[in-house]
Amino acid sequence: MNDIKVKVKDLSLRYGTNLALKKISMDIPEKMVTAFIGPSGCGKSTFLRTLNRMNDLIDNVAIEGEVFIDNINIYDKNIDVVNLRKKVGMIFQKSNPFAKSVYDNIAFGPRINGISHKSNLDEIVERSLKQAAIWDEVKDRLFHSALSLSGGQQQRICIARSLAVNPEILLMDEPASALDPISTAKIEELIHELKKEYTIIIVTHNMQQAARTSDLTALFYLGDLIEMNKTEIIFSNPAKKQTEDYISGRFG
Amino acid sequence: MVTFNKKKFRFSDWLAEKVIKAVAFLSIAVVILIFIFVFREAFPIFKMDKKEAASTETLVQESYGGLGTDNSTVKSADNQVDNSNRKQTNDEKPSSSLLSKTWMPVSDNPRYGLWPLFLGTLKVTLIALLFATPISILAAIYTSMFAKPGIREIIKPVIELLAGFPSVVIGFFALMVMATVLQNIFGYASRLNAFVGGIAMGLAAIPIIYTLTEDALTAIPKTFIEASLGLGASLRQTAFYVVLPAAVPGIFAAVVLGLGRIFGETMIALMATGNAAMISMNPFDSVRTLSATIGAEMAEVVFGDIHYNVLFLIGSLLFIFTFALNALAEFYFKNLVVRKYQSKK
Amino acid sequence: MNRNVKDIIVESITGICVLVIIFIIVSILTITIVGGWPNLNWAFLSEFPKDGMTKGGIFPAIVGTAVMTIIMAVAAVPFGVITAIYLAEYANEKSVIAKTIRFAVKTLAVVPSIIFGLFGLGFFIGFVGKNMDSLFSGGELRWGQPNILWASLTMALLTLPVVIVSVEEAIRTIPRDMREASLALGATKWQTIRKVVLPGSVSGILTGTILAVSRGAGEVAPILFTGAVYFSSHLPHSLSDQFMSLGYHIYIMSTQSSNVDATQPIQFATTLVLLFLTFSLNAVAVILRYRIRKRTK
Repeated sequence: MNDIKVKVKDLSLRYGTNLALKKISMDIPEKMVTAFIGPSGCGKSTFLRTLNRMNDLIDNVAIEGEVFIDNINIYDKNIDVVNLRKKVGMIFQKSNPFAKSVYDNIAFGPRINGISHKSNLDEIVERSLKQAAIWDEVKDRLFHSALSLSGGQQQRICIARSLAVNPEILLMDEPASALDPISTAKIEELIHELKKEYTIIIVTHNMQQAARTSDLTALFYLGDLIEMNKTEIIFSNPAKKQTEDYISGRFG
Repeated sequence: MVTFNKKKFRFSDWLAEKVIKAVAFLSIAVVILIFIFVFREAFPIFKMDKKEAASTETLVQESYGGLGTDNSTVKSADNQVDNSNRKQTNDEKPSSSLLSKTWMPVSDNPRYGLWPLFLGTLKVTLIALLFATPISILAAIYTSMFAKPGIREIIKPVIELLAGFPSVVIGFFALMVMATVLQNIFGYASRLNAFVGGIAMGLAAIPIIYTLTEDALTAIPKTFIEASLGLGASLRQTAFYVVLPAAVPGIFAAVVLGLGRIFGETMIALMATGNAAMISMNPFDSVRTLSATIGAEMAEVVFGDIHYNVLFLIGSLLFIFTFALNALAEFYFKNLVVRKYQSKK
Repeated sequence: MNRNVKDIIVESITGICVLVIIFIIVSILTITIVGGWPNLNWAFLSEFPKDGMTKGGIFPAIVGTAVMTIIMAVAAVPFGVITAIYLAEYANEKSVIAKTIRFAVKTLAVVPSIIFGLFGLGFFIGFVGKNMDSLFSGGELRWGQPNILWASLTMALLTLPVVIVSVEEAIRTIPRDMREASLALGATKWQTIRKVVLPGSVSGILTGTILAVSRGAGEVAPILFTGAVYFSSHLPHSLSDQFMSLGYHIYIMSTQSSNVDATQPIQFATTLVLLFLTFSLNAVAVILRYRIRKRTK
């Protein structure tokens, strides 16, 4: 097993009075794919969003507990959330490219970091698009609107856009749920490539996808972490009865 | 390498937030400043009163008795000692004059009786509301309930265009065209009067009442309408017995805001009401409204004169009234709407 | 009565109400066009009034209105946009401050325009202007009297809510996804507003500006005693000059002119110009707003 990249200790989250996450603890290893599965409403996406403090944007959310990334507690009051998010990129369920050209989408992150030199930007854009395995498809259309691309291409543009900021961790919130099977396969292939360099955490409602792409799998149910283990163990020999019931399709 | 273990100070973000928050307070500041500066210029009337009252307490009683019927007390020159900064020699006590029945600010013996102005405003406002409210509400019912979607898309923007007509244009139309047409129909004596002015101001209020009523009607959940139609009620019955009652608070708010618009309307009043400050209940007599009085006379008064202060006092009254109307529409009626559909939003 | 007959009668009555309103709108437009068109020519638009305002054109009134609305927009739009950004991006809806600001904006929207005129007179002229005079020109009267600057600023306060409402509406149609995408890339809140929110609100800002200009061009009450004049032999060449305005010109010509009948063609033609101006501006705004609303669907 690789080194621990993310360590979560007793993390609880409340929406108003509703307890959405109950004392979650887990270790997530570096440069591997960790999948969160569970029925909808189980808290897996909410949990994912606590790892780059995206829940900060929502009113009425209270968080207790600790999340260490590279041994630094990201809920410490001295944390710079903006820089945290540069290190922890996020891909959303619905692809959300800006209404700008492909080039400007990818260059958005570098630009806000003060990179303005044309040749530097060109280089980053090309590298990111290549990493996201979409360079060949868009290299002649760099200055067309990103919204003119297909759904699957848009999602890979979003991945490339995240990569352009040089993150270390990529959070993916059901990145293929809105896509067709071919686009989904491309995204999964990409995840496989990216884990060589990045720590990837993916939320999915699709158990086959978790089985195909991940090294570790965690099952959430009603705000609890039921079980977390190597993916092949979860899917072949789970320790908990609930896990067995879920993966065999008896609930959720 | 990006590090996040220490909060970074970002000057532009810090500055942007401070500036944005400060500027957002501007609206509040302006409202407060309007309060202060409009009231400040009206205030001297009461101050003069108190000074006078203090120095002439005993004399006042006598002079009232002596003057009998005329309740706008004219003061003798002896009592003017501590008001020597004022120019007129026959200054009267402004507040008692305010309640008199004559508005005659530019004469040797100026009177600032607000009654004719109140009455005139009331008359015009009533006529305008009686004209604008039913027609706007019925038109809104047609638009939201009976019109086919394609036609609705045309009616709404066309009626809303009326909101874009400057009031001076409506006033001009009333003065040049409506006054003559209505006089020919009703055959009254004075061409410009409360009736013409009221109808013209109603025109200005129609788009407000119409739009807000239409919004209130379309905000009624579709399920209400479907349930009613499903029970065999006709569209007309659904509109009048289901949708309209449910939208009452919203419609009230619409009428209240329309009322505010009419009440404060200046240009139409100046151009179409005839501007004669008289006490009469006849809708076909000329009237002078509160706002028109300010508009017509402010340009000609002397800075700091009683007349100037009285005009600001009228402005203060207008301001308080529209402020209260807005607060009523905002807090009372909106709460009613919210409570009614709490589960919806 | 038969229910169907009742239905038809009631529906007809409501339909007639719609027709009456539309008829009035069309009448105003038609009569203004018919009355004003014959007198509308280049000379009318480009000349000064002549012969005691009974002949000649309305050039200074057009210029005055244009300059006044430009100054007004320059003052109102930035403040309006920033307030809208506050309300849409920074304010916590439940906080007392946000509620108070919202209520203040609504109050400004319903305060009678004549009150703004009084405020302009009491505040800009009687307070700010007077103090400027005693500070800068040793009491010599320059700013403490009506002028185009004070009239424009007064009008800017009146149109502030128009801008705020339009811009906030546009900002709110920008999907939450876009903000999250930007923030997840490590953009700060201000960078997100500058690079994502504002570019997406351009049409809303434009709509707000156009509506404000249209409103400002047509309002007369606020400038009655803050800067508009009956006649001026020259165009305003300084902020402390008074100015002629289209709306004020219509008012004066139709009510105080020495010969109301003789100047009737001028009145109609001026009204036509003003109506054309506000009408076309409004039409553009309606189309823009329609396109913004479509985006949310």
